[in-house]
Amino acid sequence: MGSGVHVTIISRRQLLATTAVALIVLPHTALGSILRGALPWEPGKADPPKRVMPGPWLYFTPAEGAMVEALADRLIPPDTETPGGKDAGCAVFIDRQLAGPYGRFDGLYMGAPFQPGSKQQGPQSPVTPAQQYRLALAALDRHSRQTYADTPLVKLTITQQDEIIGNLENGSIKIEGKPGSDFFDQLLKDTQQGFFADPIYGGNKDMAAWKMIGFPGARYDYRDWIDRHNERYPHPPVGIGQHPDWSL
Amino acid sequence: MSRKLPPKDVVIIGLGWTGSIQAQELTDAGLDVVAIERGPWRDTASDFPPSYSPDELRYRLRHELFLKPAQASLTFRNSIDQTALPVRTWGAFMLGNGAGGAGVHWNAETWRFAPNDFQMRSHLTQRYGAKFLPDDMTIQDWGIRYDELEPHYDRFEYLCGTSGTAGNLNGTIQEGGNPFEGPRSRPYPTPAQKQPFSHTLFAEAARKLGYRPFPQPSGNLSQAYTNPLGVAMGPCTYCGFCEWFGCANYSKATPQTTILPVLVRKPNFEARMECEVTRINLSADGKRTTGVTYVDSSGEEWEQPAELVLLCAFQLFNVQLLLLSGIGTAYDPKTGQGQIGRNFSHQTVSTAAGFFDKAKFNFNPFISSGSIGMCIDEFNGDNFDHGPLGFVGGGYMGQVQTNGRPIEITQQLPPGTPAWGAKWKQAVKDNYLSTVYAGTGVHGSSASYRTNYLDLDPTWKDRFGRPLLRMTMDLHENELKMSAFLTDKYAEIIHAMGASQVVKQPRKGPYDITKYQTSHLCGGAIMGTNSSNSALNKYLQSWDVPNLFVMGASSFPQNAGYNPTDTVAALAYWSAAAIRTQYLKNPGRLIDA
Repeated sequence: MGSGVHVTIISRRQLLATTAVALIVLPHTALGSILRGALPWEPGKADPPKRVMPGPWLYFTPAEGAMVEALADRLIPPDTETPGGKDAGCAVFIDRQLAGPYGRFDGLYMGAPFQPGSKQQGPQSPVTPAQQYRLALAALDRHSRQTYADTPLVKLTITQQDEIIGNLENGSIKIEGKPGSDFFDQLLKDTQQGFFADPIYGGNKDMAAWKMIGFPGARYDYRDWIDRHNERYPHPPVGIGQHPDWSL
Repeated sequence: MSRKLPPKDVVIIGLGWTGSIQAQELTDAGLDVVAIERGPWRDTASDFPPSYSPDELRYRLRHELFLKPAQASLTFRNSIDQTALPVRTWGAFMLGNGAGGAGVHWNAETWRFAPNDFQMRSHLTQRYGAKFLPDDMTIQDWGIRYDELEPHYDRFEYLCGTSGTAGNLNGTIQEGGNPFEGPRSRPYPTPAQKQPFSHTLFAEAARKLGYRPFPQPSGNLSQAYTNPLGVAMGPCTYCGFCEWFGCANYSKATPQTTILPVLVRKPNFEARMECEVTRINLSADGKRTTGVTYVDSSGEEWEQPAELVLLCAFQLFNVQLLLLSGIGTAYDPKTGQGQIGRNFSHQTVSTAAGFFDKAKFNFNPFISSGSIGMCIDEFNGDNFDHGPLGFVGGGYMGQVQTNGRPIEITQQLPPGTPAWGAKWKQAVKDNYLSTVYAGTGVHGSSASYRTNYLDLDPTWKDRFGRPLLRMTMDLHENELKMSAFLTDKYAEIIHAMGASQVVKQPRKGPYDITKYQTSHLCGGAIMGTNSSNSALNKYLQSWDVPNLFVMGASSFPQNAGYNPTDTVAALAYWSAAAIRTQYLKNPGRLIDA
């Protein structure tokens, strides 16, 4: 065991040169990153979220996008005060999420084999969210045409659309031979996330969902309010993208 | 083929709380220390600045700060006769990654364990008789006493600037603090945080019912603080984005806000980030470690020799690395023999949702902090008579609601509300500001059992082709009874706050890997009094390989009804003190037993 401080500030190159093995020039990433002597800090290293821009669908086909807008508008219907899922941008949110890491299961454990297990063991399907939407939306459209005289889902009355969603929820509509309730859960979760997430991701347009419930968003400092019990917080929400009244 | 680097005095595996504490202590002792961390460097300005850290989707739902399961996961089953399957996305717990480890995203609830938690088996046996404990319950004593650990709890709390109200100062009970806590040698470094409306109301209701509520000890600071290392922290702003998030205000105690700015500047410290240790190497006779082998971010393999190795990864990965390195004997649940993987435990959390009249109650749930809360401790540990109840264990309970983040909080709606449509939307609108919901309102203990354990999976592999860890875990009758009892008591208090409707959510079996139950995983490489009942001695030194010390909650023989971090950190300071004052003078087994 050594004693006394070993004061040797050495560079990565020197470190390599002191190794007992033949020196090989390594690419910049070799050895990971070494921290010595100072906290690492470089300007411009922060990684802010990329704001979702309006425009064409990135993942959905136009027909799929229209279906998700119709479904989102029944899961979260418009009322006199607050827009529904469609106008809040939930379908845009889902489209951008499916086109990104979430849609591809990036970062998840995808080691084979895939085999079914108990509910407590968690999801075991290799089918990604993006693939699941493609399959499920096609199956729903077929179901709509078969059940309602060749009418596509987007042209159904809202009562008929609600009937389809109800049958998806209770599992009586099958997708790829399995109960549609799994896709219902996915669609509902994604739609609600789009409704309530920061507007920078394409949903919650004009912070409509936050205004509806009284959530002030990313204000980040309530020191002057912590003692004000049972009072309604008066200030409008702010997002991480822009000022309170911003709109794309 | 790995290439050999020049030797170091000390290799630390993992740069979370325990790795940072040990590195700070051992560099102070003059040793040359390298920490090898598989995750990236992370800091406030670059990774969670105030401009975009309050982002529920990115950090809470998409797990930005956590270990990616693709990098390392595990398999899970409830019982030995099932096939364990991979945990493909996190659910029951969240695993940290990178500088600071789970110390970046924790809530910073900074509880000490109670004195008799450390003598759990002998205490309960003495009070209730040996037959009171279920046959397959494998709880045991820790081999350490509270009074030995007290100075080290104190050091960690003063490092962090912990905000709280003392309940027991050198044996004298203090008004307003937790009267059940062990004696502390001095007050908390900073006063308790202020409390929002619903948390205050909980305390009033608890007091009316005859309990003695107190503020939860918090590592979200009530005021600015400069710690003994000279690192300054700012006051918490009650932003409501704490657990699962990094703190942009420098007001949550993390390795980044307390130790790393000092440690990284030391000439005898180096951290290698994005480098993953794949094996702890042993001498030919298996009695000493010679260092570690790791793989850097380009896939190159290196050998780092060292005189002393400190395993400071998260609980699961400590156990996995011991098993993969052939250190100690793997536990066999059939015979009860072997120590590595034995006595795995978690935390038995439950809650009750309270729905209040929105015309009378406006809670502004978004005004909160990670470790805010008013709690009671009457039903923790052995603070109450278990004799007539037929179970052991307990937990603190409180209004500890950390946030009003809408994706998460709107999941709690009065029973009977449809999952979608106009009625759902109206219910969300009507209840958001007037619901009390603390996901871990009841924070129950978790005993260890013969059949709850960790070993290596026969089928699934990690990115290096090494077997994943396999978790076999289920909830037992004792914990289910305890959870039902505690949740009833909790619901009475929520009701007394004036709730129109209280919905009890006691923990139910089977153990579910998809349902979040805190990240307090414990055991698998436990400390104890001798090598036949534990993997480590009371100084966290391996019985089998004396120049290896293993930090973390993997050393807990079972889990108490408190959050583990204060105890994990106190044990790291305790172990570091033993290394400095005893081991360095005479490297070898500190205890022969």
